[in-house]
Amino acid sequence: MIEITDLTKRFAGQTAVDGVSLHVGQGETLVLLGTSGCGKTTTLKMINRLIEPTSGSIRVDGIDVRQQPGPEFRRRIGYVIQDGGLFPHYTVAEAIATVPKLLGWEPDAILERTRELIAKLQLPETILSRYPGELSGGQRQRIGLARALAAKPPVVLMDEPFGALDPFTRRHVRRELFGLNELRETTVVLVTHDVSEALELADRIALMDKGQLIQIGPPDDLLNQPATDFVREFLDNKPHRLPD
Amino acid sequence: MTNFFSFVRDHADKLLEQTLTHIGLTFLSLLVALLIGVPLGILIARRQRLAGSVLGVAGVLQTVPSVALLGFLIPVLGIGVGPALVALFLYALLPIIRNTYVGITEVSPSVKEAARGLGMTPNQVLTRVEFPLALPVIFAGVRTATVINVGVATLAAYVAAGGLGEFIFSGIALSNVNMMLAGAIPAALLAVGFDFGLARLQQLSGRKLRVGALAFVILVPFISAFYLLPGRQDKLVAGFAHEFYGRADGYPGLQKTYGLHLQPRLIDQNLMYEAIHREQVDIISGYSTDGRINAFDLLVLDDNRHAFPPYAAAPVIRKATLIRYPDLEPTLNKLAGKLTDSIMTALNYQVDYQKVSSEIVARNFLTQVGLHKPGAGKSSERTETVVVGTKVFTEQYILAEVYRQLIEGQTNLRVVTKTGLGGTQICFDALRTGTIDFYPEYTGTGLLVILQPPVKTLQQLPMQTDSVYQFVQQQFQARYQMDWLKPLGFNNSYCLMMRREQARQLGIRSIEDLVQYLARK
Repeated sequence: MIEITDLTKRFAGQTAVDGVSLHVGQGETLVLLGTSGCGKTTTLKMINRLIEPTSGSIRVDGIDVRQQPGPEFRRRIGYVIQDGGLFPHYTVAEAIATVPKLLGWEPDAILERTRELIAKLQLPETILSRYPGELSGGQRQRIGLARALAAKPPVVLMDEPFGALDPFTRRHVRRELFGLNELRETTVVLVTHDVSEALELADRIALMDKGQLIQIGPPDDLLNQPATDFVREFLDNKPHRLPD
Repeated sequence: MTNFFSFVRDHADKLLEQTLTHIGLTFLSLLVALLIGVPLGILIARRQRLAGSVLGVAGVLQTVPSVALLGFLIPVLGIGVGPALVALFLYALLPIIRNTYVGITEVSPSVKEAARGLGMTPNQVLTRVEFPLALPVIFAGVRTATVINVGVATLAAYVAAGGLGEFIFSGIALSNVNMMLAGAIPAALLAVGFDFGLARLQQLSGRKLRVGALAFVILVPFISAFYLLPGRQDKLVAGFAHEFYGRADGYPGLQKTYGLHLQPRLIDQNLMYEAIHREQVDIISGYSTDGRINAFDLLVLDDNRHAFPPYAAAPVIRKATLIRYPDLEPTLNKLAGKLTDSIMTALNYQVDYQKVSSEIVARNFLTQVGLHKPGAGKSSERTETVVVGTKVFTEQYILAEVYRQLIEGQTNLRVVTKTGLGGTQICFDALRTGTIDFYPEYTGTGLLVILQPPVKTLQQLPMQTDSVYQFVQQQFQARYQMDWLKPLGFNNSYCLMMRREQARQLGIRSIEDLVQYLARK
């Protein structure tokens, strides 16, 4: 579904992403994992061309992403960011309708789809006329996802989608969202620095460090056969007490 | 307070016209500022490198005091709506550019990124996300600009662009508190009202604000059109000095005597001559011996019915001085009738426009009328001194110089001139206390400013040169032991003037002609 080859991005002499190649299969959930500044978000944003690569290529569904205008291309890729990235002046209904409207859907179709999503997310219909400022963090995150899924994109990109939630709500919301059938059928690339989140959600994890891809594989592979000490240490998320 | 209300009632038409003009000026300039400021604010939000310089320039324009700004604009744009609108526009620009810029740049980066990430084009990001979110901040700028403009628009009256400043400045010129308030109170109410209304609009949230803002933007051009409402249907446009407009012996006198009805623009009296010269107005009020009458080839309209009281010039002198120096009276009276209106106008013109020194102008004049004698005696032989005072304008300086040369030529007296004694009151007090011995005064001023007789007396007094002269002479002798010597000949009174060429074409020579011309369809 997504084919990344030798992707490199340099910002003013600094290499943010250094020759990354990977492949994401249809319906697969790939988690880009790593410390802050390891290049995982830059990689993600290059997939939907919010950032243009310095070199290398990205193909989605066999087509090079640079062959089409950025905005039109992005309408077919779902995008979720921390705290939903909702527009403060859009009601929930308007937020969910954003991309279908850009795509020129009929109002009836948009309404039907909105209702469907709200039902799937188990939110009351009264929420449709609310503004983001009136919602809880968890609700905002759900609406952010609903907005990304509204136009039924084959691929959804998520950038630290649960980062703004407290640990308890975070676990709750992500279990609920990733339990949705809609999302199971969708190809997802998710960026996080939260190891347990990665272990829980990923079909495969791509661990990055200093712009390079260190190891990619199913969670068990990374846990059981870490390629380097860095991988082992990074994935070891059991609490260790410091020796007294 | 009842005086105030009766003033407002009597001038309701003018007040309404001024208020509409005021609102029109404010919003017309605001409209232009919006049309230019908002796109400029968006541009600099996109190209941050330009932000510093654009905001810097707008900021400097904002700091220029409003009167100074008009000072820069008048030489370029003349008087009238032009400089007023440009000045108002420049003041409105900064708050609008700055708030547009700040409003857009302060939209949260994550919201902007989400908008792009969803597939909005840069224009869609601007119109659907950034601009609506920046709207409350932009609106705060519009509100600031509106309130500033309501204030600055009072200055439009300086340049004959109308507005509530007309009454404010006229009121100040005439020390007429009711008139001042009739301009100042509506101006203050407009500012407070607009501020309140826009504040309410600004506090609306979300969709309501966008609807309100849209309604406001649509309304602005209509409100701007208020400026056009007060029809200036006069065939000839009059521009009157504020003081002339309000003084009983000015425009109201004309209305009473001739039934002349104009819709005059009020204008600063020093800009008035420039305005008629540039053909921005056709009739102005002025003083009959002003040098600019010659400079700009203006025609003083005859005042056959004596609507304007006579302002014949004559020396006012202390009795004591006359007794002490018996030579003085016959000497000063040699000038009687020698300085006609046209001669005095020419002398003023030479000093004001040809920049000839008043000493030379005075000598040439005395030579022409055969009164020039180089000093009869050496200055060391002069033991006695007389002091001549003047008010602060060219005509008086010339007269002082004429007196000095005349007296020193004809007598053994030494003459000291004390020029620049300010206004009438200061000059007169100096004379009364003996600081000066005499100064040139005008009969109308002596009557209306110094003597200030009761209204009844004034009504019975025929406004002829002779009768007024006799009245002030008699009163000054009785009350102050001062004498008015023989009049010099010219009359520096209020007058109406037109461009000579236009007056000739229209066949207008007198105020009566003017009234008849205006009455014709």
